Amino acid sequence: MLTVLFDGIATGALLFLSSVGLSVTLGVMNFVNLAHGVFAMTGGYVAVVLLNRWGVPFLATLPAAFAASAGLGVVVERLFYRKLYDAGALEQVLFTTGLVFAAMAAAAFLMGSQHQIIQLPAFLAGQFHLFKGFDLGVYRLFLIVFCGCVALALQLVLSRTRFGSRLRAAVDNATVANALGINVGRLFAVTFAVGCGLAGLGAALGVEILNLDPSFPLKFLVYFLIVVAAGGTGTISGPLLASLVLGICDVAGKYYVPDIGAFIIYGVMVAMLIWRPHGLFGRRAVR
Amino acid sequence: MKTKFLLRAAVIAVTAVLSFSAAQAEDKPLRIGLVLPMTGPFEYLGRQVYAGVKLYMEQHGDWVAGRKIELLLRDDTGTAPETTKRYAQDLVTNDNAEVLAGFGLSPLAFAAAPVATQAKVPMVVMSAGASAISEKSPYIIRSGYTLVQYVAPLALWAAKNGVKNVYTLVTDYAPGHDAEAMFSKVFTDNGGTIAGSVRVPLKSPDYGPYAQRIKDANPGAVFAFVPGSEAPALMKQFQTRGLTEAGIKLICVGDVTDEDILDGLGDAAVGTITSLFYTPALAGVQGREKFTPENISFTNAFEKDNPGMRPDHMAVTGYDGMHLIYSVLEKTHGAAGGDAFVAAAKGMSWVSPRGPMSIDPETRDPIQDVYIRKVERIGGHLYNVDFDRIARVDNKGVPVAQAVGK
Repeated sequence: MLTVLFDGIATGALLFLSSVGLSVTLGVMNFVNLAHGVFAMTGGYVAVVLLNRWGVPFLATLPAAFAASAGLGVVVERLFYRKLYDAGALEQVLFTTGLVFAAMAAAAFLMGSQHQIIQLPAFLAGQFHLFKGFDLGVYRLFLIVFCGCVALALQLVLSRTRFGSRLRAAVDNATVANALGINVGRLFAVTFAVGCGLAGLGAALGVEILNLDPSFPLKFLVYFLIVVAAGGTGTISGPLLASLVLGICDVAGKYYVPDIGAFIIYGVMVAMLIWRPHGLFGRRAVR
Repeated sequence: MKTKFLLRAAVIAVTAVLSFSAAQAEDKPLRIGLVLPMTGPFEYLGRQVYAGVKLYMEQHGDWVAGRKIELLLRDDTGTAPETTKRYAQDLVTNDNAEVLAGFGLSPLAFAAAPVATQAKVPMVVMSAGASAISEKSPYIIRSGYTLVQYVAPLALWAAKNGVKNVYTLVTDYAPGHDAEAMFSKVFTDNGGTIAGSVRVPLKSPDYGPYAQRIKDANPGAVFAFVPGSEAPALMKQFQTRGLTEAGIKLICVGDVTDEDILDGLGDAAVGTITSLFYTPALAGVQGREKFTPENISFTNAFEKDNPGMRPDHMAVTGYDGMHLIYSVLEKTHGAAGGDAFVAAAKGMSWVSPRGPMSIDPETRDPIQDVYIRKVERIGGHLYNVDFDRIARVDNKGVPVAQAVGK
């Protein structure tokens, strides 16, 4: 029972890391970015290549995964997304969907279509045996602590720094923020890049648990969208709580009722949305 | 008198024309349409089969019974039965292929079977494993295996070697259901009990919860069947959850510890018991002396041709499929019509890298030995090392000698 809860939290932590960026682009910048998984996948593959081909230690691959995804995010945002900010949702959906398929084909071409396998360092493998019936996977514990720190850091940046207050201002009212001399375009670009970087980080951490292959962007898009839809936008705590609830329900569902386990999360999402149509901590849409 | 002469002339002329066209048919190159998944999620499978096919042709030349063999490779991507069927049709009607071969997965073989039946073209199924495939067309010959052929011996082995209680975990698709049903039946028939069974979705991101559920049920062993591509994720979770430490044996269908991915599984896989009709370790590993020089030369040649790749059971099915085609053509002097081909193939036997095998004249499926193997580390690589053998098993997984009642 406790193990199930613990595993659920770990899965949720991973989901949170991967999808918090999407909650920013989709919710705050109002851009329908279905290609979010592409940035995540990039980070995952960068980590795999560094680890398996060049022998870089696992922990050192994580910043690299973050940087690669963030870098790709900047390039794609500057080259393409910027031009689509004013376009309709349909154009955005079409473009980002196309990007997903192009990226999947590119990944299959470059890396092959098989699952990527990594070997974790010894200190992250194995289990703690606390007491009978409660085993803690070391790696999952690491995930929870790591993602907890990231969530905390994000919350602090948003609430305590000048960057954070600017971002909040821009989110509340972009026009006025712009008039006050805040460069909203650059602000969003940086935020977008960080969001992509976090997704890449999430995927790199998830290679061990989630199975990284070229279909990743499509396979996990559903999870990402559920987190954003159920968590609401504009906060850190919303997606965090939604991720945890989804993670726990997913794991518990597979454990207790394996026959329908794979469908539980959809039921949970529907229930959450009926209960709070604008997300757990969501605010009523202004526009 | 004159009419008699004319008649005689006509007969001679007709005979000449007939024998000429017959000679021409034999001079014509023989085209083999090879349909395999060369891209997509089952790419690894297609690559292995194709490497086996190429190796056989390289070793035995491309002339058989006076006919030049031409290979036409088509990539059906492994996931679209209608594509497989379209390629099969196209190969037969437009490219004049006289033999169809390959077929990576069962739904794909099912889709192509009607083409073989209608065109009366022999269809050599190399790597699809559903039991019913060879019933779908009288022109299907299987050079590979049926899935239950090696699941049943594994269940029997487990029951006879002190395993009392098994939890089954299979992927929720047709071959998974076949494996689960066959294992449970044979295992319980031989005195074992099934502690529980779970079917996991084909696209399962995390095996952790299933592994935990099995661990908490604490069976004597877990029987697992997932596609090779899912195996690393599964093994990782079994290891992380410490199933082995908890005294739960892991017994799997051989696909789970496929040589393509085996090294990547790492020490998590060591000790896993599997069953299959082939292992490259069949005396192919240094320091193991056994009875198959065929396998040693096969594995050596394969690894020389395909650097960085190890032959798995799929490579052998491709290799044996070509052997079957070559032998049949020699027997029929180059004729590849469906009826003649099948008649010649029935009962044919030879020594493959996998050991002695034959084509069952009744089912057109192979009769072959099944090995019980254990994953061991030998010289920096992981190998499926065989330690037990069930000889001459038919397509239902029953040893032939036993079926006859010897």
